[in-house]
Amino acid sequence: MSKQFIRSFATKPVFDKILVANRGEIACRIMRTAKKMGIKTVGVYSDADLSSLHVAKADEVVRVGPAPSNQSYLIIENIINAAKKTGAQAIHPGYGFLSEKREFSKAVADNGMVFIGPHADAIDQMGCKIASKKIAKAAGVNVIPGYVGEVFTPEEVLKIAHQIGYPIMIKAAGGGGGKGMRVAWNDEEAKEGIRLSKEEAKSAFDDDRIFIEKFIDNPRHIEIQVLADNYGNAVYVNERECSIQRRNQKVIEEAPSIFLDPATRKKMGEQAVMLCHAVKYNSAGTCEFIVDPNKNFYFLEMNTRLQVEHPVTEYTTGLDLVEHMIRVAAGEKLSVKQSDIGINGWATECRVYAEDPERGFLPSIGTLVKYKEPEIPEDKSIRIDTGFIDGAEISMFYDPLISKLITYGKTRNESIQRMKEALDSYVIEGVNHNIPFLRAILDQPRYVEGKITTKYIPEMWPDGFKGVVLKPDEKEQLAAGAIIMDLLRAEKAHTISGKLQGFKHDPQSEFVVQFLEEKYNCDVEKTKDGYIITANGNKNIVKDIDWIVDDHIFKATINNKKVVLQMIKPKPEGFVIRHLGTKFDVFVRTKRQAELAPFMPEPIVLDTSKFLVAPMPGMIFSITDKKPGDKVNAGEELCIIEAMKMQNLLKCEKDTTIKKINVKTGQNVGVDEILIEYGD
Amino acid sequence: MQSFKLQPLQSSLVKNLVFFTPISRSFHNSKQSLVDEPPKPVHFKFKLPALRAETLVGGGKKRIDKQHEKGKLTARERLDILLDKDSFREYDAFVEHRCTSFGMDKQHIPGDGIITGHGLINGRLAYLFSQDFTVFGGSLSEEHAKKMCKIMDKAVLVGAPVIGLNDSGGARIHEGVDSLAGYAEVFQRNVSTSGVVPQLSVIMGPCAGGAVYSPAITDFVFMVKNTSYMFVTGPDVVRAVCHENVTQEELGGSKAHTMKSGVAHFAYENDIETLMKVREFFDFLPLSNRESVPVRYTEDSRFRQDAILDTIVPLDPNKPYDMRDIIHRLVDDSHFFEVMPDFARNIVVGFGRMEGKTTAFVANQPKELAGCLDINASKKGARFVRFCDAFHIPIVTLIDVPGFLPGTDQEWNGIISNGAKLIYAYAEVTVPKIAICVRKSYGGAYCVMSSKHLRGDMNYSWPTGEIAVMGAKGAVEIIFRGQDLKKAEADYTEQLCNPLPACKRGFIDDVIIPSTTRTRICEDLEVLKNKKLDNPWKKHGNIPL
Repeated sequence: MSKQFIRSFATKPVFDKILVANRGEIACRIMRTAKKMGIKTVGVYSDADLSSLHVAKADEVVRVGPAPSNQSYLIIENIINAAKKTGAQAIHPGYGFLSEKREFSKAVADNGMVFIGPHADAIDQMGCKIASKKIAKAAGVNVIPGYVGEVFTPEEVLKIAHQIGYPIMIKAAGGGGGKGMRVAWNDEEAKEGIRLSKEEAKSAFDDDRIFIEKFIDNPRHIEIQVLADNYGNAVYVNERECSIQRRNQKVIEEAPSIFLDPATRKKMGEQAVMLCHAVKYNSAGTCEFIVDPNKNFYFLEMNTRLQVEHPVTEYTTGLDLVEHMIRVAAGEKLSVKQSDIGINGWATECRVYAEDPERGFLPSIGTLVKYKEPEIPEDKSIRIDTGFIDGAEISMFYDPLISKLITYGKTRNESIQRMKEALDSYVIEGVNHNIPFLRAILDQPRYVEGKITTKYIPEMWPDGFKGVVLKPDEKEQLAAGAIIMDLLRAEKAHTISGKLQGFKHDPQSEFVVQFLEEKYNCDVEKTKDGYIITANGNKNIVKDIDWIVDDHIFKATINNKKVVLQMIKPKPEGFVIRHLGTKFDVFVRTKRQAELAPFMPEPIVLDTSKFLVAPMPGMIFSITDKKPGDKVNAGEELCIIEAMKMQNLLKCEKDTTIKKINVKTGQNVGVDEILIEYGD
Repeated sequence: MQSFKLQPLQSSLVKNLVFFTPISRSFHNSKQSLVDEPPKPVHFKFKLPALRAETLVGGGKKRIDKQHEKGKLTARERLDILLDKDSFREYDAFVEHRCTSFGMDKQHIPGDGIITGHGLINGRLAYLFSQDFTVFGGSLSEEHAKKMCKIMDKAVLVGAPVIGLNDSGGARIHEGVDSLAGYAEVFQRNVSTSGVVPQLSVIMGPCAGGAVYSPAITDFVFMVKNTSYMFVTGPDVVRAVCHENVTQEELGGSKAHTMKSGVAHFAYENDIETLMKVREFFDFLPLSNRESVPVRYTEDSRFRQDAILDTIVPLDPNKPYDMRDIIHRLVDDSHFFEVMPDFARNIVVGFGRMEGKTTAFVANQPKELAGCLDINASKKGARFVRFCDAFHIPIVTLIDVPGFLPGTDQEWNGIISNGAKLIYAYAEVTVPKIAICVRKSYGGAYCVMSSKHLRGDMNYSWPTGEIAVMGAKGAVEIIFRGQDLKKAEADYTEQLCNPLPACKRGFIDDVIIPSTTRTRICEDLEVLKNKKLDNPWKKHGNIPL
């Protein structure tokens, strides 16, 4: 037995105890590695998070303040005190919150603890997008043409815009995650963009500095993961393609990129390492590049922290990035060399958000009435990073990320296929979420071919996403599945005690299934291993039915195709069923019910055109100063609701007059609450 | 055992039928005899199909079309939806009224505006009547009432629930006191039947005047949104007497009765939905007071533990949560049928199943009025608890109650005697009673909610339980007047706002980990299955009505 092996077990863990200064999935993820390394963990929580998963996972927890993050997770003093109180030797900041705050890194060091991340100067230099570009340029990294410097007034913006030419990109200097970022194609948009960017940046990062650069059309967003230590060693851990973005917010990421050839990859990696050397980088970090259709790449910014999408790199390289961060922070030398790092297989990550894709992706909050993750197969080709359990609450105070679903495959197609199956059996009810949208993206041939750019989403859904459009065979699957659910449910109902024994249950054999505009007349025939359901004349052979009656996941093989449906809830005449991510209101009627159904009156719905209603719960950030009786024009800005750190502008939809204003600034409102009543 | 099937004349045939002219004319022998001899009478068995067919068309095609135009189904169509296929057996289809005044002797429609019989819901027996609005507006005549009474008597005799589908314009005015007598006979049956077999009323059209009192006496009232209404006096009288302008819908529609008056328990979108929900609800009910609760197959194990229950109660005592989220995680398959979901929402009542057996739940709802008990909540809770006792349905009570609602409105409207109803109900019942103190249990409300002292069988508390005379803030203001209240409040909270003092007295049997609650309830229900408890003999008690 090698001595080294024994020693590695005998050595103490690199730290005894670390504090994780974050919440949600990333806090849980960091604690997982810490536990693996034998390190005790301290969690922190705000009042809104007392019952959160990351609190349950930590060995010890400390309260750091009330629910709003600027009174809790963002208060450096509270975090430092929590660490001191519990005797933590180091602090991992996760992403977001204090992860890229120089003051925090410094405060940690000043209090004799170790910051698990880069040194304060590197954060500082890379944290400001203006300074980072100057340094990158000096280090020999390709940068985008633009105005390297900070701008203050709308006039300045317009001047610069005219110099470099539209389109321009307005960005928050201290920002990230797409917040405070806007593209403008003309003067008017530039003026509006700068105002909103400043406001958003101010509320999100407490830093309203912005800058401007040339906007490159049809780009891909490809980033390079780097690892570096205190001894001047740095490696690039290959790329992640993050081109699938919605309003500059990443939605789906993958590693590797289908677009890069080994030579470009090497060039990008080497430039990233050059930048690391230039700032004496000493942790895990990410250099973001945009790559134009001719494979020219330009440095965008460097994120001096662990990225949300780091799992795809972990899958394809086999490295535990958090472990490397911790070891490097403890003063160990980087244990991997550039030559050790390869690419093995393909990984895809979907960010599952609590938002409503069919209502302009407005954030959705509430209780996860039902939350059930897809099963992790034995080969561990599915990974779910989450901070929630069944029944938990998505709070309005934080980012609406429910989880990251990551799948691995030997090839890109295998990884995508596995992702589709995982999404289909991922049960999330109680809040709206973007699984329908994720599912729709993955289903597009264009995605499968890898012809993606950051404009993919607006190009594919120019008028917004309106739910998955089912193909004919998929519609029949839905109809057949719904009928079988109905039959099995009826069978279960007939297990009741106290029946008249002479009367045998005679299952229905004719059904009419209706959803959306579709109507299927179906005949049912029981076979020895399933059913044959003839829907409008087409035979659907259903086998391998796997459903515990009333459970959410219904599996079957229909015409030799595996189908997963989610039974969300039974209705008096049918079910609400999720198919390919999208919810359908499916009516299953016996022949007799179908004959009588047309006599039923249409349900009465509220005429919403007379009101401005809150599309989501949140706080009224501002409301129009118009008075009742005043005229308003279509497109006029009437109200801003702040929810989940985002400001959502509500505009008037038609020319009308104001009849009544029901809310005041600062007031909390619920979804569908009437904010303004219009006159005629 | 052989399964038999009659050849029932389905009302689905109705639309294919020709509409018969009066029998006397239609059954003359059509062959003209050459010899002048008296025509031979047609044998009855040849007349029967046509006679039968006539009973199926009620008031005729025109009236049926009109009924459909209103978005309503006919009396027979409703039975088709409500009952298992081909299971309805009709009685008294040929009954006709005996009125001769005001030309009524010339108008006879077999069945006289009501269809009665028995049928099956998922194989279980029910007695039914379905009023036919297409026949004399569904008005109640002497014979019409007799038919109702007949099935109610049968229901009591054999022990099966009564379901009434109401769609009637009111009394058959032509009959005068005969019609009134009919109503009174029905009321008497409703009362005699009450507590013997469950009675359900489904209001599917008008139900006005004295007619409302029959559903009012029954156990559960369903309404159809927008097409049904109930009131003692209609909008015209209200306008004349009170000078109030009000529509039928506002005065007595489903909203008024499920939200404001509490007369109706449920309301659904249309006839079909309503009847399907009646089927679902029926499956929770025992057939009579002679039988135990029904059992249904389930794959949900008693050992299922939902981790979220351990953190679902917010530590901030003033933060609300939805008590139904807890109930959904306790019952089989998350299937909880809430009763009166829109009335007195500060108390949640309804049925679920535990290991397949019907179990009643009564719970304070912190989301509404902080879960306080008020007049309406007490009435809602008391009536439900008494129904369960009458039919041997065990009661699980989930407690988070800060007390009774204060205010002149409550006091002047009698929170004292109304609150007493809930105490009376809980104290009187002899079915198994399991109570779980989820969070607050303060003051008089502690005593009311299935407490040990009211013969609670098992009383548990979650670690979040707070059992005391009142909340810390109010208590210290009384005990420590003029002293350091902040410290006193903290002391009081530390000492009294937890389950321990009650555990020390044995008023709480144990503090349980919330995620084990389902297991505990299932175990206890099994243990308590043969519970035998009798109240002292009396004719009946005197509940403060």
